Amino acid sequence: MPTTVAERLSAAGTANALDLRGVTRMFGALAALVDITLSVRPGERRAVLGSNGAGKTTLFNCITGDFPPTSGIIRFFGEDVTSFPPHERIRRGLRRTYQISALFTGLAVIDNVYLACRGVSRGRFSLIRPRRDDGLMQSALDLVDAVHLTDVKDRLVSELSYGQQRQLEVALALAGAPRFILFDEPAAGLSPTERRELVEILTSLPKHIGYIIIEHDMDVALRVVESVTMMHNGRIFKEGRPEEIESDPEVQELYLGGAHGGGHG
Amino acid sequence: MAVIDARDTIEPRPVATQPLSVLGRVHPAAWLLAVFLLFLPAFASNFVLTQLFGWAMILGMVALSLMFLAGYGGMVSLVQLTVAACAGYMVAIFGTSAVDAISLKWAWWVAVPIAIVIAVIFGTISGALSVRTEGIYTIMITLAIASGFYYFTLQNYTIFNGFSGFNAVNAPVVFGVNWRDPIPFYYLCLFWAAASFLAVVYVSRSPFGLALQGTRDNARRMEALGFNVTAHRIAAYAFASLIAAIAGVLLVWQQIQISPGTAGVGPVVDILVIAVVGGIGRPIGPFIGAFIYVVLRTFAVDVLEGLGLDGKRFQLLIGLGFLVIVLFSPDGVLGLWSRFKDRVLNSNSLRPGGGSA
Ligand SMILES: Nc1ncnc2c1ncn2[C@@H]1O[C@H](COP(=O)(O)OP(=O)(O)OP(=O)(O)O)[C@@H](O)[C@H]1O
Ligand SMILES: [Mg+2]
Repeated sequence: MPTTVAERLSAAGTANALDLRGVTRMFGALAALVDITLSVRPGERRAVLGSNGAGKTTLFNCITGDFPPTSGIIRFFGEDVTSFPPHERIRRGLRRTYQISALFTGLAVIDNVYLACRGVSRGRFSLIRPRRDDGLMQSALDLVDAVHLTDVKDRLVSELSYGQQRQLEVALALAGAPRFILFDEPAAGLSPTERRELVEILTSLPKHIGYIIIEHDMDVALRVVESVTMMHNGRIFKEGRPEEIESDPEVQELYLGGAHGGGHG
Repeated sequence: MAVIDARDTIEPRPVATQPLSVLGRVHPAAWLLAVFLLFLPAFASNFVLTQLFGWAMILGMVALSLMFLAGYGGMVSLVQLTVAACAGYMVAIFGTSAVDAISLKWAWWVAVPIAIVIAVIFGTISGALSVRTEGIYTIMITLAIASGFYYFTLQNYTIFNGFSGFNAVNAPVVFGVNWRDPIPFYYLCLFWAAASFLAVVYVSRSPFGLALQGTRDNARRMEALGFNVTAHRIAAYAFASLIAAIAGVLLVWQQIQISPGTAGVGPVVDILVIAVVGGIGRPIGPFIGAFIYVVLRTFAVDVLEGLGLDGKRFQLLIGLGFLVIVLFSPDGVLGLWSRFKDRVLNSNSLRPGGGSA
């Protein structure tokens, strides 16, 4: 597809990583997302906060194409991807993790990561087994190492602990050459140590890789982002820098006033 | 690279993740079986060679193609025997048979490749029609295609010769060997059964096979990793159809005839029974199931009549066996065996000194 590559290259120079225009998603009569307009610069790191059912995961599903939006336009590095199936968006450098782990439970850890690496490169239909010195197998091993799962790389995913599955979930989103990643509550259910490791992974990602992270834990969220979007009832009601959001009285009342209120200062 | 090699020898990986292990870690029982099968013609009768082992290996290949789709891809296809029958029909139509008005009498090396290509196309199209469905709907669509093929062959006389089909579909004489003679035919079946088996084992660890297992475990995540799940599933049907098509050529030579009943609804469901009874989780399962099925079909009639019962009740016996397997062992006879083994090993290790095993 040489023409689209050329188009992509010329568009990528100026465009935002993500551009959402009037994105709405209905589930029957329920409006899970209402007229969302959002821009994220390349390399920008942003948190999306909001109470349960605010529409955060639905926003991710629309961006990746897991569910197409009911109306609106989604651009990824300038290219209109609204009608693309998920795999076409992923091949253009988009990645995501799932709030509820979506792993291949019947396969070994290394095979899960190998599939992630294979999915964004050639030879998806190859009938030839990978050799030991296969480049993709090497990157898979490196990724497994990066999320501290080397000791269990040959175990079936179904045998992993919850925390290990969450780490594998993150590894799958880092495969290949991501340009933009969507993390859906990656820290949920992790131990304090695992949380620290996660923050380390996020902060040590190459500068050009931007991401959006959905995270209820302010200690994690506000440490790894430069901007925050607040959602409520399917709408965006506030955007700003972490300090601004934290001190905003409206936000305090709606969101931070609850369980997270006093702890962080 | 030396570092990696050293690490691999220190902590051996389980077979499921071994990158290259076609011959590396073969179970001793498999070597015994291979030797037994290779030397079987030395002491077995012609009947045992073609009607028991030959037939079991052919049905095993058809069931293997279902196992590939169901076990690795999560797609229960009832169209596999129909794909085989399609290949068989094409061999009769393009090659030789007693039906002079239809058979084109082309040489086998033209007729057989054409037959296989047509059957693979048929199987792939069937797959394309069914891959967007899940579970019970996949079964229904493929069953509908299978019975459609059955009724079409039954009612079409210009191409498929209707109810009577084709008889005297003889295997060719090549290199001075008549390949329907019991011993050559046995080795022909053994070769292709072994080749299909090894191909499935090998491909299951290739990127294509791993990705197929990924679509089975979580199709949505596969999309989110960059895989075109629909295309992958259709390709799996093409691969499975190739195995079924080769089996179909052998089947028409083994039976020396083909008619609509070859892939009637009964036999089509029998393939599912064979795969499930043998074990749908591993490529050897379908062959075990096929052997049990062929033995039951061949001898149950005599045994039942010997007991003074109606010989036709062998179907009942097969059905009962199926019920027992499905109720007690979701992974077939293979599952029963591994559970039995575990129990014996466990009771051994409880006894003093038993831990050495
Ligand atoms: N597949 C679906 N079918 C029907 N309704 C859905 C579906 N997915 C989400 N919803 C509804 O859309 C609304 C937004 O859900 P969403 O999962 O996006 O919220 P969220 O902000 O991610 O919440 P949480 O913090 O609990 O993860 C909810 O009311 C939810 O019930
Ligand atoms: Mg959510």
